[in-house]
Amino acid sequence: MQWNARNLPEDEHFYGHKACGGCGESLALRLALKVLGPEAYLSLPAGCMAAVSFIYPNMAFRNNATITPFAATAAVATGVEAGLTALGKKNRLSVGFAGDGGTADIGLQALSGAIDRGRKFIYICTDNEAYMNTGIQRSGLTPFGASTTTTPSGRAVRGNLGEKKNLFRIVAAHDIPYAATASIGYPEDFLAKVQKAKDAEGPSYLQVYCPCPTGWGYPPEITVDLAKEAVDTGLIFLGEYEKGAFKLTRRSKEFAPIGAYLQRQKRYRHLKEEDIRHIEEERDRVWAEIFDCWPGGAKSSL
Amino acid sequence: MSSYAFLNGNEAVAWGVRLSRPQVIAAYPITPQTKAVEKIAEFVQNGELACEYLHVESEHSAMSCSIGASSVGARAFTATSSQGLLYMGECLPYASGARLPIVMMNANRALATPWNIYGDQMDVMFMLNSGWIQLFAENAQEALDLMVQAFRLGEDETILAPVMVNLDGFVLTHTYEKVHIPSQEEVDAFLPAPRVHPHMMNDDHPMSMSISAGNQHNQEFKIREHLEMLRAEKRLEEIDKEYAARFGRSWGGALESYRAEDAEVLLLSAGSICGTLRFMVDALREQGHSVGLLKLRMVRPFPTEALAKACAGARVLGVLEKDLSFGYEGTLFTNINSALHQKNLALRSFNFIGGLGGRDITRQNVEEMVSILEKADAGTPTIHDLNGRCPV
Amino acid sequence: MRNFEMSPVPKLDSLEDFPLGSSFPSFYITEKNAGWRVFRPVIDLAKCVQCHRCYLLCPDGAIHKTPEGTFEVDYDFCKGCGICAHECKLQAITMKKEGSE
Repeated sequence: MQWNARNLPEDEHFYGHKACGGCGESLALRLALKVLGPEAYLSLPAGCMAAVSFIYPNMAFRNNATITPFAATAAVATGVEAGLTALGKKNRLSVGFAGDGGTADIGLQALSGAIDRGRKFIYICTDNEAYMNTGIQRSGLTPFGASTTTTPSGRAVRGNLGEKKNLFRIVAAHDIPYAATASIGYPEDFLAKVQKAKDAEGPSYLQVYCPCPTGWGYPPEITVDLAKEAVDTGLIFLGEYEKGAFKLTRRSKEFAPIGAYLQRQKRYRHLKEEDIRHIEEERDRVWAEIFDCWPGGAKSSL
Repeated sequence: MSSYAFLNGNEAVAWGVRLSRPQVIAAYPITPQTKAVEKIAEFVQNGELACEYLHVESEHSAMSCSIGASSVGARAFTATSSQGLLYMGECLPYASGARLPIVMMNANRALATPWNIYGDQMDVMFMLNSGWIQLFAENAQEALDLMVQAFRLGEDETILAPVMVNLDGFVLTHTYEKVHIPSQEEVDAFLPAPRVHPHMMNDDHPMSMSISAGNQHNQEFKIREHLEMLRAEKRLEEIDKEYAARFGRSWGGALESYRAEDAEVLLLSAGSICGTLRFMVDALREQGHSVGLLKLRMVRPFPTEALAKACAGARVLGVLEKDLSFGYEGTLFTNINSALHQKNLALRSFNFIGGLGGRDITRQNVEEMVSILEKADAGTPTIHDLNGRCPV
Repeated sequence: MRNFEMSPVPKLDSLEDFPLGSSFPSFYITEKNAGWRVFRPVIDLAKCVQCHRCYLLCPDGAIHKTPEGTFEVDYDFCKGCGICAHECKLQAITMKKEGSE
């Protein structure tokens, strides 16, 4: 099903929430729910989306939705599906939405176990590259050079020194039926992937890139623009893992300049030339691996 | 057809769970609970128990899966012990605050460090504040019966609380006795199918669960949870009476008094040690001692009134427990003393700490304890190490 | 067009008025977000070609399709983030200071 702005159901299932204006994650949730439908059972851990949607008495989800312990998104989502199955319910669609901290760090164990169990559920990681809800601390998905409150740009060390964990590859290594990376900067691609996750037989995983104006330091109106530019620079790749094969769903002939993209965000403005070159080299390394190592040689669907 | 079998505590729990028709079981192994989840797995893989049996990857996920399943109205069960109980610790108030009637068997075991797999009560005492109903079994038969009663109690719509059934590690989980296994039909008549309660997620009226409540509301949410949990004491008694009428066995309510009415010296404890104490009460009475036993079956909610009534005629009370709150005293002792103080009871209470790390509590230990209690005067220390190597 | 009614803030006079557990009905919206705005988006319907892009990309879902096929902003819930104005390829949406004209 090729979803686009015209054929998406018009009903909103996520409304009146207290996310920051221009929040990338809330856009990802809103769009995903149009494909998943109001009948999906949602599990959300501690994080911005949970914090802004369940403030008694203001409930922003139309769906059945529960907040989970921080590490346990995938475990609760599995339990929900098992419960619905045990009760003989026809509707057993269980979806977990968690941030990058709640997935790549504290939630990784539960995610791994849930995929291993092979029961159907959808896990959508909204990646804004830090623990935003607690005030912008570094996570396993924070890229090199980014300034966060726990990796600030200081006199001795300029921002985060670690590289972004390749979580997509880790999930794919479980031989999961379907996994994909997406960006709200390419919304139709994201919507198509949500549909594929919905149709998958067994667990599925989506990692959607969601810029955060508060955490990254930029004016909120460029959220979608940045999400697109991140893909265009090659810092974020759009790919899929399905039936044992990787493939790219977008491949540009030429990457957009990284420096310009980084300069638009306060979290990178302290970077020196050598840092930007390092970031370029790391991007090239990741892409070389995509072309050299992905089984099937990174076939493109384009 | 009901039957008899030679079962250990873990197997008795497995049978009690099987008869209760659980719908989702999250299984993770930890000594000394493993035989319980293994026996249940046998039932499932033999096609004798139809349920969703989830192999979770940690205790935290065991409780989280149970929370997910119970949140949509499925009957959920899991089991753990010591380190596992503490690992899932943050999930326990999630379940109780969300009013999810999950039932969990906890094999009481020592906490590291030093590392020890044997039975004591340090683990459960950590979790008394979690909002879970806390029940303690003395023997395998009571364990089986408590499993069935726990589902009935927790799912009662006036209660709606998770229930932890505690069995002493090894001493009870691994020792064998003749156990009566009721028939499935009899249990079905006693334990109705679980309901999707209005506060749970459902297709007809979607709900938001485990919501956040700020400082203007939070206290009232908690007070309501507390007040409704208090109902469990009376409800357990009623459920026990009905169970006795159907199955011919009564264990009493929150507190059982054994030869305590005219006793000068009372011994109080929870769990399998009550079996030893019961035996010793009889033996000491033969020798002319005025001693009785108070068996605490329900520690949360705490039966203050029942305790006060049971202690009314005694001169001294000895609280024997297999735990110690470092820097203070045994936790049961703290709970007991608060109740005695509130009720203005004059009797003196003493704490006996024993059995840590699975050490046997012997007949001689009990004799010494009674001797101390009988001779107790103003100078007797309050807290005693049962093995008396050094003053506590 | 919003497809729901605002819900009243519950009256909590006694403990029994509080919800059981930590559950509450979904999609129970008691508060508007209009007060967050510094700028408000204004759609020039003459320039608009109904590409649907502003409606697609609003993180709050505050741009709705009317029965006539045009688009309107739900000013009760628009936070004024400006994504719609930035993303409109025809610059048919301008951000105007709240309180002006």
